[in-house]
Amino acid sequence: MADSSFRDPNFDLAIFRRRIILAMTFVLILASIIVYRYYDLQVVQHGTYATQSDANRIKTQPLPPRRGLIYDRNGQLIADNQPVYNLTIVPELIDDFDKLVGELRQYVEITDDDVNEYKKRLRRHRRPYEPVVISHKLNSIERSKLAVNEYLWSGVEVRAELVRHYPFKGLFAHSVGYVGRINERELRQIDPEIYASLHTIGKTGVEKIYEEQLVGQQGSQDVETDARGRVLRVLDQVAPTAGSTLQLHLDANLQHLADRALGDRRGAVVAIDVATGGVLAAVSKPAFDPNLFVTGISFKDYAALRDDRDIPLFNRMMQGQYPPGSTVKPIIALAGLVNGTVTTATKVRDPGYYILPGEERRFRDWKPKGHGHSINLHQAIAMSCDTYYYDMGYKLGIDKMSSFIGMFGLGERTGVEMTSERPGILPSREWKRGARGLPWFPGDTLNVSIGQGDMLMTPMQLASSTAILAGKGRQVKPMMVKAINGVDVQQEGTGRPDVTLENDKHWNTIFKAMEAVNHSYYGTARQVGQNSSYRVAGKTGTAQVVGIGQDEKYDELELEERQRDHALYVGFAPADNPVIAVSVIVENGEGGSSVAAPLAKVVLDGYLLDEQGQMRFIGK
Amino acid sequence: MSNDFVRSLDLGGRPSHLRKQTILQQLHIDLPLLALVGLLSVVGIIVLYSAAGGTFSGVKRQLAYFAVAYVAMFAIAWVSGYMWRQLAVFIYLIGIALLLGVMFFGVGAKGAVRWLDLGVIRFQPSEIMKLALPIMLATYYANKTFPPTFKQIVVSCLIIFTPAWMIFKQPDLGTAILISASGLIVLLIAGLRWRYIIATLVGMASAAPLIWNYVLHDYHKTRIRTLLDPEADRWGAGWNIIQSKTAIGSGGVDGKGYMSGTQSQLDFLPESHTDFIIAVLAEEWGLIGVIAMMLLYLMIVARGLWIALTAQDNFGRLLAGSITLTFFVYVFVNMGMVAGLLPVVGVPLPLVSRGGTSLVTLMAGFGILMGIATEQKRVNMF
Repeated sequence: MADSSFRDPNFDLAIFRRRIILAMTFVLILASIIVYRYYDLQVVQHGTYATQSDANRIKTQPLPPRRGLIYDRNGQLIADNQPVYNLTIVPELIDDFDKLVGELRQYVEITDDDVNEYKKRLRRHRRPYEPVVISHKLNSIERSKLAVNEYLWSGVEVRAELVRHYPFKGLFAHSVGYVGRINERELRQIDPEIYASLHTIGKTGVEKIYEEQLVGQQGSQDVETDARGRVLRVLDQVAPTAGSTLQLHLDANLQHLADRALGDRRGAVVAIDVATGGVLAAVSKPAFDPNLFVTGISFKDYAALRDDRDIPLFNRMMQGQYPPGSTVKPIIALAGLVNGTVTTATKVRDPGYYILPGEERRFRDWKPKGHGHSINLHQAIAMSCDTYYYDMGYKLGIDKMSSFIGMFGLGERTGVEMTSERPGILPSREWKRGARGLPWFPGDTLNVSIGQGDMLMTPMQLASSTAILAGKGRQVKPMMVKAINGVDVQQEGTGRPDVTLENDKHWNTIFKAMEAVNHSYYGTARQVGQNSSYRVAGKTGTAQVVGIGQDEKYDELELEERQRDHALYVGFAPADNPVIAVSVIVENGEGGSSVAAPLAKVVLDGYLLDEQGQMRFIGK
Repeated sequence: MSNDFVRSLDLGGRPSHLRKQTILQQLHIDLPLLALVGLLSVVGIIVLYSAAGGTFSGVKRQLAYFAVAYVAMFAIAWVSGYMWRQLAVFIYLIGIALLLGVMFFGVGAKGAVRWLDLGVIRFQPSEIMKLALPIMLATYYANKTFPPTFKQIVVSCLIIFTPAWMIFKQPDLGTAILISASGLIVLLIAGLRWRYIIATLVGMASAAPLIWNYVLHDYHKTRIRTLLDPEADRWGAGWNIIQSKTAIGSGGVDGKGYMSGTQSQLDFLPESHTDFIIAVLAEEWGLIGVIAMMLLYLMIVARGLWIALTAQDNFGRLLAGSITLTFFVYVFVNMGMVAGLLPVVGVPLPLVSRGGTSLVTLMAGFGILMGIATEQKRVNMF
């Protein structure tokens, strides 16, 4: 070492000592910087970080409200809520989704549809760490298998949820309706604050129209969670408020009777309380199990319903528009009486057809040989004589006829709390010009006189117009809900004035004729009146499905079943003091008297008679 | 046999009035340092026990590491300065060879290759380098006059940056920084002229864009960006630093109480057992705990620098100074990065963070310090 001989240890030591002291100074400066930084975080910014720390661990979770229950008029539960257990995943907490699903499939059935729906739901707006359902409705075996193995995965949890349950399955499918998964379009319309914890919304019927009352109010709870979002304890809670309880006018037993009476036939039955307008029975068949829709219907099930030739999803009470046929005759007869076109003494010869003055075309009566030489109003209703109506209609004219029928609510929606209601068609000059761009022909008037031609009505309109008739013109609006949370719902008006007649006797004239339909030897529905302990006023109807050509004979057997006439019946009872009005339509049922009328009688009996066959409403 | 070695073995025949000190000397133990390190170890275990969720199983392994580390410390304290100087080049070259081995045969995790698997044990050669490098440089300057000449500086840089670059490439930025620091500290306390220091600082500042573009990995850049704006990637890169700052800040002056830190106990704080453990302490013990901890570290540094000042030769001075100041670099980088002052690099909090490897290395360093301390005292007594 060349320089070692020149070494001055003291010089070295001096340099070194200076540097060490400098280093210690530097160390103290750096340490001060660190301490100052911690002071800044822990003292100066303490408030900010304390808040942030609480926000970290304390999360506010929405608590779903229980959906309001729905009862029938007698307290039978029609819609309640039942717990189901769903397997959920918190997407933020999983690394490999495909691998996880592979593992979960050892314990639970997860279909490709489930996976697709999960992915679809992921793309939707969602709060971070909110669990997403991967498998619905776990059974108890799946649940216990998962309970044992749940610890294996983070972000996997079985969660209980209350979902809608319809114990009567299809019986109220078209009237009460159903709830289903909130879809994309609904998501944009609803208040996200209310629905944060809910997955379903009323889709049809009462469930949809009373959504606001049924949904209830969401609660919330502050929970302490760990970084994985697992709830460790509940710190504070605001309980949710259950949705309102609805009591319907519907009578579950009556509904049952109507449903059973219709059997496998396609059709609808509507029964209305004449005094209040309350809907006592509302059946459309075929129906479907609304429970299928609650947690999301599978594509297969939906396709089966959609493609069914009998269109079970079609609500015949509200969407079905049928020619009323002869069932509209009592009201048209009343129009004739009121306008002085006919009197009870007016008589018409019925050779089985009617020829418009100055024309050659024959308008046929349903009875090929006619009803006889002198048919009066009473007989025309009881025997349903078309020729009498052709004559009267011609003389009355479409304008007066149409405006009178309109007072009974035909051609406009009843506004009953069911969805997809159609307005029907009340033909008039204006209507035809607007809808068809054609002038009105006298022949059109004749068709309307017997409830055919362009005239269309829904079974709900048939029932409500019958109720107005039974109440001697007092307007009633059909209503589903009787009471909300035990408080009776205010009756709503129809917006039309009551039908008042200068001569009140006309009502009785019509009622007597309608009674004769059921209780005279010549009435079209005389089998209904047999052995009845009370009197029924009614009217049968048969509506053509296909047009029958001039003088063309047809053989019923040759007609395809679905081209056969629809069978209709409207009526009310007891005839002298009406309590209930009913309308029945059986698609392709052919005979209003043979098929629809007895069915209506079953419903009337079910409502008016007790178990011993005694009248319930004596003295009213 | 050299004088140093003989002296190191010849411990008998002390005057009776010095016997008490002699027993510690005989055992090559520096009592103040042992007391401070012992206290720090206890504090470390206490903090780790909480970070590990309050279970004994969470600290069992760490206690075992401490046992190994203390044995290593006491054993290494027996190695004399003379021995170290004899072995310096050999150990350094072994270290370089092992680092080369890592380059070609290393095993790793998460994209970094740092380990060498010898079948029986797996270890990180970079840990050896943490001590081998300062020993090498201290040996190099043992017989040279301070301050270093330009030629010596060039040689020193080669000695420093060869292993540092290899470790940086693994990649392990944290260790590369610590190793570079341990080497550069030797140069600085050896009296590196100010003109070189200033020239280097100016050079690095002007080369910063080049370093940014060509030297740093993408994840380094991410870390630096995260430091400047953690909120930019709240759920990703920013998460750790946001959570650690929240833990520290929410601790306040006196903390949330032992085992009651919500950030750490509820798993919001990542790496709470290892690199981010100071956040657990800060959350549960507050600023008081942080200052107490810092004072403990400063006392260790002070004792280490005292040992350096009173060392008997340049080798002992430089080595003790380097080990002590590098120890402080650990503390500064770790506490700085957890508090969001410095980018996140993998540097543990000495004697507190969970992990055996760096613990053993650190305690071995204290062993060397004790060796230097007791050697010097013996000489003074003669």
